[in-house]
Amino acid sequence: MSERASIPKRDPEEVPERENGIEEVTTGSQSVIAALEQAGVEHAFGVQGGAIMPVYDALYDSSINHITMAHEQGAAHAADAYGIVTGEPGLAMATSGPGATNLVTGIADAAMDSDPLIALTGQVATDFVGNDAFQETDTTGITMPITKQNYFADHSDTVGDDVSEAFALAEKGRQGPTLVDLPKDITKGETDQWPNPPKTPETHDEPVEADESAVEAAVTALEDAERPLILSGGGVVKSEASEELRSFAHEQEIPVITTMPGLGTFPETDDLSLGMAGMHGTGAANMAVTNCDVLLGVGTRFDDRLTGGVDTFAPDADIIHVEIDPAEISKNIEADYPLVGDAKRVLEQIDDAMTDAPEADQWREQCQIWTEEYPLTYETPDDEPLKPQYVVETFDELADDDAIVTTGVGQHQMWAAQFWTYEYPRTWVSSNGLGTMGYGVPSAIGAKIGAPDTEVVAFDGDGSFLMTIQELSVAVRENLDITYVVLNNEAIGMVRQWQDGFYEGRRMASEYPWVPEFDKLAEAFGARGFRLEEPEDVEETIQAAREYDGPAVIDAIIDPAENVFPMVPSGGDNGLFALNEQHLEMI
Amino acid sequence: MPGPAPDQRMRPEGRRNTQGIRIDPEAEATHEPRMAVLSALVKHEPGVLSEVSSLFSRRQFNIESLTVGPTQDGDTARMTIVIEEPEPGVQQAKKQLRKLIPVIDVEELESAAMRRELALIKVAGDRPGDVQAVAEMYGGDAVDASKDAVTVEITGSKQKIDAAIEAFEQFDVLEIVRTGAAALERGSKTMDSTTMESDN
Repeated sequence: MSERASIPKRDPEEVPERENGIEEVTTGSQSVIAALEQAGVEHAFGVQGGAIMPVYDALYDSSINHITMAHEQGAAHAADAYGIVTGEPGLAMATSGPGATNLVTGIADAAMDSDPLIALTGQVATDFVGNDAFQETDTTGITMPITKQNYFADHSDTVGDDVSEAFALAEKGRQGPTLVDLPKDITKGETDQWPNPPKTPETHDEPVEADESAVEAAVTALEDAERPLILSGGGVVKSEASEELRSFAHEQEIPVITTMPGLGTFPETDDLSLGMAGMHGTGAANMAVTNCDVLLGVGTRFDDRLTGGVDTFAPDADIIHVEIDPAEISKNIEADYPLVGDAKRVLEQIDDAMTDAPEADQWREQCQIWTEEYPLTYETPDDEPLKPQYVVETFDELADDDAIVTTGVGQHQMWAAQFWTYEYPRTWVSSNGLGTMGYGVPSAIGAKIGAPDTEVVAFDGDGSFLMTIQELSVAVRENLDITYVVLNNEAIGMVRQWQDGFYEGRRMASEYPWVPEFDKLAEAFGARGFRLEEPEDVEETIQAAREYDGPAVIDAIIDPAENVFPMVPSGGDNGLFALNEQHLEMI
Repeated sequence: MPGPAPDQRMRPEGRRNTQGIRIDPEAEATHEPRMAVLSALVKHEPGVLSEVSSLFSRRQFNIESLTVGPTQDGDTARMTIVIEEPEPGVQQAKKQLRKLIPVIDVEELESAAMRRELALIKVAGDRPGDVQAVAEMYGGDAVDASKDAVTVEITGSKQKIDAAIEAFEQFDVLEIVRTGAAALERGSKTMDSTTMESDN
């Protein structure tokens, strides 16, 4: 272990006294920071730069804690994860040009998962805008399709209000990322205008309660169902509706499946839980969704990774769709009973309207049979080489019940989704919709800042880890107690799995036999590194990493032949999931 | 003991089509594309046209025409968007439009709504009298004449303009420019932002 591996915790006494926030507004920048403080922002993730300097200068006097990231993409992912864990919009800051474009992946990621995020970007002075000035890009143009709304601040007097409105929009209704582009002359410009409190614009009208008659009709369908099923999505996390969903499912004894963003909305230890559905979902969940006759989908957008081919998705089912965004209704799957409103409130409405629970004893028995027939399992003939599933399962047994799991993207992400048992919302932090490799390292930082007293475990793959490995320096500097587990199979494993399954094993550009030794690299960054190769060392290594007070990286050298199953091929039929390579050839 | 293989598993009888709509095998129906005229009241601010047009391009709506201009209220503009889409696409376009923050209201106009577009047609100037005569047949007018060319303005429905252009082909057509449709509902009905339609 290197000397830097044990950077001592910062003594709170040594931290210089900060001013308790902006006291006076004399510039646009101060108005920006005042708007953030007024909205309750406590942490910001960002990278300094020329055009954003006036804003950072105002941040110097602020109560907001700024975490300097190694790369703007890291700032966006960290802010995104912070938003998932806390429910409050995370804040990412970057300068103009490359700073802003580096944020783009993270903003797009937040957009796909409807995560609350605010991005503040510097911009060249308005006199230079449009002239291809140094470090200029059309940031609002670039981010238009990936933000809920973006703003080009055009006056020092109103720039604070732009930020307030961006904050309100990010967290109200269907959540999502917003961006304010801040030209340098606007933030430097004089103003004495205090920003107004966060408020959404009048044209923004998102419903809370569903239409009563629509609820009645949906409830009648549900009461008459013989094979009812609840599908719980990420919207249940966003609207804090997990408790309502749990009590409703129990009262009506309806089995529950989740989407990947919905992991944790319903406890996977519950008898009614059939687990996650979709491409790498459980056999039971996919059998149930294929054979149900009424599907109550809550806070889901019926993404193709969930539905497989839409022509074979829940083909016998009437769809009740609870969703806050009307544009999601019948976008991918036609809703027979659309209930537009906030998931928490609409679930209460449904609960109030239900008089008879559906008679579904036989259906529940059938679901139970499927659970027994298709358990999540892996073959361990002699426990060697090391199985990634075993690493995840063992960590789950050792970790705190409410531990937060963050991931990169790839096979490891699916094993983390499958073999960790999720019981609480906001404990699954992953790039679900965009599938951003590199999400793991910075998202764990954002999650730990958002939930400092909760255990944070980050599963990553070697390919994904390499994409944002520089953010380890931030975890070290901030002394964040995060356990990173790299499930290292020297490949972009998911691509390799697809090449083997669908491209005749032609492994073009998917194998990474040159990856560094991540334990040693971790030490070079000042983190603690562990190398894990033998199954008998799994428990001991995980415990040692957990006990280390600071960022620890376990480089777990796993069986490169291990693939992710069950699997529904892209656009396939959920009911025809493959349990192994032979099944893939059959479907 | 693993459960049944894919081909031996329980299967329901139902089916959906590629639009995610559950279908009755006896009477399988698909939505044919239809022409829809959407009228959107939007905030009159920079970037709104770009926001709307980029929404249409990135969601791959089949757009026929898009016009925009200010209204009687200086703060709002009205857009007329003609799209050709199957029914689910029309509904989706309306809902996606409503989501945009600068959009105040969106309505689909009835087929009886008044639709007008304008064309300027420049033809060779050797028979100016004949050109004016044809223009008058279509309620149009010659708005510019020089030694070599005459430019005619025609306003009306798409069909009328199509017909006029065909008629002008007897002359040597040099250039044509057409606006998209601008449309308003007939009678006293107006678009009111306080009575947002709900299309679920």
